[in-house]
Amino acid sequence: MPPADPVASWNLLTDVQELWSFPFMVNAFRAGTIVAVLTGVIGWFMVLRKQSFVGHSLAMVSFPGAAGATLIGVSTVYGYFGFCIAAALVIAARPRGGSGGHAEESAITGTVQAFALACGFLFIALYKGFLDGVTALLFGSLLGVTDTQVLILLIVAVLALGTLAVIGRPLLFASIDPDVAAARGVPTRALAAVFLVLLGAAVAEASQLTGALLVFALLVMPAATAQVLTARPMRSLVLSVVIGVVVTWFGLGVAFYLPYPIGFFVTTFAFVLYVLANAIKLGVPKLRMSWSAA
Amino acid sequence: MTTTTAVGTRSVISLEDVAARVGGRTLWSGVDLDIAPGEFVAILGPNGVGKSTLIKIILGLLPAAAGTVSVLGAQPGHHNQLVGYLPQRRSFDPSLRIRGVDVVRLGLDGDRWGLPIGFGRARRKTERARVDEVIELVGASAYAQRPIGQLSGGEQQRLLIAQALVKRPSVLLLDEPLDSLDLPNQSGVAALVSQICRQEQVSVLMVAHDVNPILSYLDRVVYFAHGAAISGTPAEVITSKTLSGLYGAPVEVLTTSDGRLVVVGTPEAPAVHSDRHDRSADAAG
Repeated sequence: MPPADPVASWNLLTDVQELWSFPFMVNAFRAGTIVAVLTGVIGWFMVLRKQSFVGHSLAMVSFPGAAGATLIGVSTVYGYFGFCIAAALVIAARPRGGSGGHAEESAITGTVQAFALACGFLFIALYKGFLDGVTALLFGSLLGVTDTQVLILLIVAVLALGTLAVIGRPLLFASIDPDVAAARGVPTRALAAVFLVLLGAAVAEASQLTGALLVFALLVMPAATAQVLTARPMRSLVLSVVIGVVVTWFGLGVAFYLPYPIGFFVTTFAFVLYVLANAIKLGVPKLRMSWSAA
Repeated sequence: MTTTTAVGTRSVISLEDVAARVGGRTLWSGVDLDIAPGEFVAILGPNGVGKSTLIKIILGLLPAAAGTVSVLGAQPGHHNQLVGYLPQRRSFDPSLRIRGVDVVRLGLDGDRWGLPIGFGRARRKTERARVDEVIELVGASAYAQRPIGQLSGGEQQRLLIAQALVKRPSVLLLDEPLDSLDLPNQSGVAALVSQICRQEQVSVLMVAHDVNPILSYLDRVVYFAHGAAISGTPAEVITSKTLSGLYGAPVEVLTTSDGRLVVVGTPEAPAVHSDRHDRSADAAG
């Protein structure tokens, strides 16, 4: 168990040593790192494809997934992955109608999201005395990440990143320029479906750490910040992962010493970086101008 | 697919008695067309007549309802590596943070699976050189490093033409590339396409709303109306007599003092027009 009231020594080395003397913190760092890498990459494509709404809805679906798993007495891990990936498949299976694809996707996504939230509410009502757990499901928790859970997170992340490594470039082509990609023989429809499943997996992973409501802290913010800072695809992708990992580590470290929830810290650090990135982007041209004027 | 399955000296694209049907409705039928290497052909006609559908049939994205289509000596879609395509635009979202050079690059390797490692330094170097070369060719070097969403319509269009050209295609299919460009950019892009057509011996098929910016470069026009098409030189096709026959209603073609063509009296929205030239049209009338 964690010490009742840990105090930071302001010596980074001893602090880290103290953090890692607790097995639950080691597991939290492992899980956080795996999740941050996966969401950094998948989130980058999601932001580029303007599918944040789908990502948000899949996160909402993770809530009844976990609540339902608790209700029937299995590990929430299965609930997260099962519900998120099933919802991704439902959204992917929507019949494609010409050019109105985006509007249709929004409609079915919103429908799935509303129904999922209603189910989550029902599951909680059925499982009485579950109120403490609800906060963790919605806002995340760094306690109680088991070794098995870390292993499952790792396996899913490796599978998802491996798939993305194979389809990455055609997916980028199909995301930016679907008509030309289709003419060149890229299976844009199949890629969209595969990507939704990958997004479902990433959301299911992130939900276990940040909770259903704060998934975007890892799924949108690092990617959005990276894309503000650079327009080079490879650099921006790497930057997205780095930002995700850094905010997760800082969030975990600070949450250990302060009696406030981890989700708040991870989200706040990510938000601060996003604001800074935009400030830098706005400020740099002005600075350049004032330099050349001087 | 190898680049040696070339193109004979005969036609690059050939349509024989082809019909197009979309959503159960026949758009046009009985269309014959032969396009030779290095030919610059415009596809004209009113909105909704099925000009883009022709492009999609040539790409193999839509099946022809009747007749035979052959592209580079094979079924449509078979040699799409050798077909450069510029869809009807699609302007990029201003927030899209991808450089112009990356968009061009996707035209070269966007359909390649797997990680971009293990291809050898030499290959990557030639590929980068090819991307730079084609960007230079379309005159986009000055802004190719900027995010494409922040470029003007004309700049984006040049980069997209570079993307279509980067694999050294034998055929270029351009769907309304001059739409939504201002006048100087229209004539700039038209001159660029014609220059590429002549220099690189690329056959160009351009869907156009207004024939005037490309009129002086064209070898041939194909004019679609009333479910049929007529092909020939601009002087043969864009005349009061031919178009009246095609529309089955009296149509008049006026020539302005600066050589522009104005079609008036079409049953639908005027297809070949130039409303920016009212003054010269008046002078001619």
